[in-house]
Amino acid sequence: MNSGDTAWVMMSAALVMLMTPGLAFFYGGMVRKKNVLSVLMQCFIILCLASVWWVLCGYSLAFAPGKGFWGGFAWAGLNGVGLEPYADYAGTIPHQAFMVFQGMFAIITPALIIGAFAERMKFAAFLAIILLWATFVYAPVCHWVWGIGGWLRSLGALDFAGGTVVHINAGIAALVTALIIGRRKNLDKAVPTPHNMPFVALGTALLWFGWFGFNAGSALGANGLAVNAFVVTNTAAAAAGLSWAVIEWIRVGKPTLFGVCSGAVAGLVAITPAAGFVGVVPAVIIGLLVSVFCYIAVTVIKPALGYDDSLDAFGVHCVGGIWGALATGLFASKAINAAGADGLFFGNPQLFLVQLSTVGVTIAYSAIATFAIYKAVDVIIGVRVSEKEESMGLDLTQHHEHAYTVLE
Amino acid sequence: MKLVIAIIQPDKLEEVKEELYKAEVNLITASEVLGHGRQKGVTEIYRGAKETGNLLRKIRLEIAVNDDYVEPTVKAIVRGAKTGETGDGKIFILDLKECVRIRTEERGSTAIG
Repeated sequence: MNSGDTAWVMMSAALVMLMTPGLAFFYGGMVRKKNVLSVLMQCFIILCLASVWWVLCGYSLAFAPGKGFWGGFAWAGLNGVGLEPYADYAGTIPHQAFMVFQGMFAIITPALIIGAFAERMKFAAFLAIILLWATFVYAPVCHWVWGIGGWLRSLGALDFAGGTVVHINAGIAALVTALIIGRRKNLDKAVPTPHNMPFVALGTALLWFGWFGFNAGSALGANGLAVNAFVVTNTAAAAAGLSWAVIEWIRVGKPTLFGVCSGAVAGLVAITPAAGFVGVVPAVIIGLLVSVFCYIAVTVIKPALGYDDSLDAFGVHCVGGIWGALATGLFASKAINAAGADGLFFGNPQLFLVQLSTVGVTIAYSAIATFAIYKAVDVIIGVRVSEKEESMGLDLTQHHEHAYTVLE
Repeated sequence: MKLVIAIIQPDKLEEVKEELYKAEVNLITASEVLGHGRQKGVTEIYRGAKETGNLLRKIRLEIAVNDDYVEPTVKAIVRGAKTGETGDGKIFILDLKECVRIRTEERGSTAIG
């Protein structure tokens, strides 16, 4: 047991916890003011729901050893998950420190999907979808990539902090949900603009800050690898924010704050799987390019295909996540992390193929399972609010609250 | 000259604007207001305390027009704002005594358009 490692992982867990409220403000600023509380509420209730679910069964399903579909119930209720290290995951910190750190990932991942269906989902249906999705999509995919006996892990796939498990997984679920739930009404006549850009910037800041825990914490120790992850995380976010601003300057004549924020988050997404395997120059390249891909996804592909991914959960997280996973296959180097592998540019084309197949498997499974969960909940509860509720806003109709007073 | 005041649902603003442009009425002022008619407002709950009959958000449009534009303006607002449900809003038409364009100090019907 190492006290420095333990302190850093606990601190990192707290940093990642803060990302979900950060995401709440990032998304909350983007919606119209009649829906801002619904987005904040969805993020906060996931923080509550997934935290309880994680200790009762989620951690066991995702991380208990097993070669099957998932880890099973051996560690349910944290049975056997104690304060001694569990060497197969992290040899120098208490097992529960690893558990709670991972729990924060299980909270933010379903919360990312909110961006796709914001402003039009019933709250009860939302709870059901999130609980089912965490259980039947997040836990298995997490197990395959990170769990002992997980088959993608055995193939040699590299995912340092969750590019595949978190971002591609949630991003593709976002696309599927946006496609089935349909477009918000009146979208063509009244283009919804962000009601509070300062919230978007505040949320971006909290996400960026929390991401140091997300990526550098994934080293599971206070060591050189953590520092590498810290440095490349900041670098990629910065490069991507710059790059998005330049793209806008060229394409629409003015760089926007919204663009810089979107770019920074895209950069953080893209560096996530690579953070423990690449150096700082690849991080700059990953950051500069992710904004190009995500910009095309949200300004060209989305309007062309017509799906209403309200806040671009797919366009930023899935597209950025795929680029990050593939970039790991290109730029990974054993000089950075001996426990990793060399990528294509370091003479090992095999890794790129493994990364590609991991991305493919995750997309296929997450898409199909999300579709099934959505349809089941739709039959039982009904997922979408009525037109009248949608026009009045979810704050009043789902929660009987409103965010801003006009009088007093 | 008349002053047309319309109280409409917030999410109908874009459609009303579009209809007004089609009717060549381009000069409008919009503000956010609270109110309710037969729709009776909504119930809100804050830490268990129930507040009934709270006022709903509406948009108030003010449009000053010459007499021959009154009917096209009213029809445009109705086309844009009508759903047939309670809460669609109201239109008030008032006589307008005078209008001054500040830039040129023109008055009356030339100043209005």
